[in-house]
Amino acid sequence: MTVLGNLCLWLAFLVGVWGALAGFVGGVRGQPELAQSGRHAVFAMCAALLVAVFSLEWALFKHDFNVEYVAAYTSQNLPVFYTWSALYAGQKGSLLFWATVLSLFGSLAMVFTARRHRVYLPYVAAVVCTVAAFFISVMLFAHANPFQRLPYTPLDGSGLNPQLQNPGMVFHPPMLYLGYISITIPFAFAIAALLSKRLDVDWLVAIRKWTLVSWLFLSIGICLGMWWAYVELGWGGYWAWDPVENASLLPWLTMTAFLHSVMIQEKRGMLKKWNLALIIGSWLLSIFGTFITRSGVISSVHSFTQSNVGYFFLFFLIAAGTASFALYATRLPLLDAEAKLESMVSREASFLFNNLLLVGIAFSVLWGTLFPILSELVQGTKVTVGPPFFNQVNIPLGLALLGLTGIGPLIAWRRASLPNLRRQFAVPATVGAFTLLVLLVGGMRDFSALMAIGLGAFVLGTVVQEFARGAGARHRQYEEGYALALGRLLARNRRRYGGYIVHTGIVILFIAFAGMAFKTETEATLRPGESVSLKSPYGWTYTFTHLGISQYDALNRQVTAATVEVYRNGKKTGILTTEKRQHVDALGRPTFQPSTEVGIISDVREDLYGVLAGVVGGTEQAVFRFTINPLVWWVWYGGMIVALGGLIVMWPGGTPAVKRSQPGYAVRLVGERK
Amino acid sequence: MNAGTKFAIGAVLIVGSVGYLMASGVKSTGQYFLTPSELSQKIAVDPSFYDVGMKVGARVVPGSVTRDVATRTLTFQVTDGGARYPVVYRGVPPDTFNDSVEVVVEGRLRKDGVIQATNVLAKCGSRYEAVPKA
Repeated sequence: MTVLGNLCLWLAFLVGVWGALAGFVGGVRGQPELAQSGRHAVFAMCAALLVAVFSLEWALFKHDFNVEYVAAYTSQNLPVFYTWSALYAGQKGSLLFWATVLSLFGSLAMVFTARRHRVYLPYVAAVVCTVAAFFISVMLFAHANPFQRLPYTPLDGSGLNPQLQNPGMVFHPPMLYLGYISITIPFAFAIAALLSKRLDVDWLVAIRKWTLVSWLFLSIGICLGMWWAYVELGWGGYWAWDPVENASLLPWLTMTAFLHSVMIQEKRGMLKKWNLALIIGSWLLSIFGTFITRSGVISSVHSFTQSNVGYFFLFFLIAAGTASFALYATRLPLLDAEAKLESMVSREASFLFNNLLLVGIAFSVLWGTLFPILSELVQGTKVTVGPPFFNQVNIPLGLALLGLTGIGPLIAWRRASLPNLRRQFAVPATVGAFTLLVLLVGGMRDFSALMAIGLGAFVLGTVVQEFARGAGARHRQYEEGYALALGRLLARNRRRYGGYIVHTGIVILFIAFAGMAFKTETEATLRPGESVSLKSPYGWTYTFTHLGISQYDALNRQVTAATVEVYRNGKKTGILTTEKRQHVDALGRPTFQPSTEVGIISDVREDLYGVLAGVVGGTEQAVFRFTINPLVWWVWYGGMIVALGGLIVMWPGGTPAVKRSQPGYAVRLVGERK
Repeated sequence: MNAGTKFAIGAVLIVGSVGYLMASGVKSTGQYFLTPSELSQKIAVDPSFYDVGMKVGARVVPGSVTRDVATRTLTFQVTDGGARYPVVYRGVPPDTFNDSVEVVVEGRLRKDGVIQATNVLAKCGSRYEAVPKA
């Protein structure tokens, strides 16, 4: 099967090169046959790559340990679930996964792009083929071929890193990858618009859904990553500002900025240059993210196997960035704004500030991530910045952004009047101020947390007010019941009200992040029967009593489990079980380092998080770390609400055609009707 | 003053505060990242490197690790082939820590030449890949 896989890789590479040439030349010269051949190349490449994926999966399931990749990431006793996901567990497989998914997305774009946007497709095909061919070339020419065979056949494989043997890890990488990869489609449309000089609002309409798709996948991928880090890594938190985490946040931030600023271009014909730059930037950041994850240029705890894959990516990043921005520069004269900013107190202005903040946050995260490299270049000594830097910079910026989340959607376009401001903000501002007062009286003194929760209440106030007003209007006008009115309101204005739901999720996330300001922690060495106490931020005293150690063998691991009884203010609330796992191969020999399985008792107020750090040899005396993490539960539910809102916004149908608050646009609308 | 100018002022304010936050953030939280050799060179010319928070990236000297589980104290030595420093860490090392890994030790160099660690990070082969068989 590896012969077939190799063959398919070569085939896909050649077809990709052809598609890139045919698409570009066919598009520029206006030769329809050539352009069509370019589009078809995307399908052909997709088919070849799918066969290659199938071959690799075949080798994985057949335990063909003569294939180096199979031997490196699976073993006889690896559960089937994880054998399947070993496709993207390693570098080589994930390159194949990238190229395949890209060609799949490209094919979908070829099929589902509306007829009136078809002029862009030859260029889109060319860009997709170029990027996919690059990824295939890395596999073929940078010693990263997943079908590489070994000179001998090991009896068993090395198995999968135990930290990856977690359901969250099966879905987290592909979700993140789907997000990274799908940014290529809007980017391809942006390049197509630049090349074809059709730079009116049309190309934006063509990619609106695609940008949401990648934004949604990125959001889900990031949330799953947080969840995995929290339940699997055992350090008691979900976000460590690690370079790899930062790399996934960067395109998310710029995509979020784009999703907002694009509304200004649709409504007012402004920000065209900015929007194009955001899309190109987001795509470059997605490649940069893959580069960071895969090259290990930045010293983090994840240094990656030495390979020259990093150089390929660096070269591609520089070449693609230079080419894109050079093209962009030649088209700048075509991108002049059609309107001017009329007032600082307007929706345009608040969106502009929102964009500046999002890009500012992205820039500071990028800066902090690259700081070790930059400081070494400039000063000769490596200086690193860690979580304190990112928190110090991003908490104020994040809070300002949270405030704008409440203001932006409600303030009038063009120029807001005083009565408009009073009508929109009187109630939410009161809600926010009242919440702040209650917290202050309740004894909360952490400034950032107070601001996060106060501003969060203000934003929630605006959202509730919007839903209530909208549903109330429907109730009066169509005499619908309130529930029906609310449902129809949402269904008929998905973009607007779905957006409010996303905002609700973001507010919940901010409040949950604020909760981490109050986490408490203790370490203790306990014999069976002994206990340790920890005060929770709500004023309760938790007592953790070590009951004892048990040892047993499971499918592919030896487990040492500690059972801990938990009391709140003297009343029993539950049992925590935390484990040390030593993974073994089919013959019972240990593989990998021992890993820790965290015990968590979670409710809406706080998580009790217990880690078995070690057992004193031969006894039942054990070392524990207990953490109380307030409001973590809300991170997961906030994330789900964000995803739900995103789904509502992108659900097909129901989105009204582009309307502008500008005379003279009606003429153009006629041409835009389906 | 028209709206464009006002916006420009607002934009400058935002960009300025981002810049200020970043500069002050680097200043107050930046830490040197040194190898043991670099550290010994620095300390030879500038004794102010004692008792300053820093990170040291190095390899654990095989056989130098002693653990006292009951008091949760870990001692080991780190080297980059040149200089060699003893490290004392009170706390729980990560799962991947053993006596042949590369580590990043966060802490400060005491006057007696021992690195008092506040945090120990072990570099695993990678988050995604198997640790090579010894």
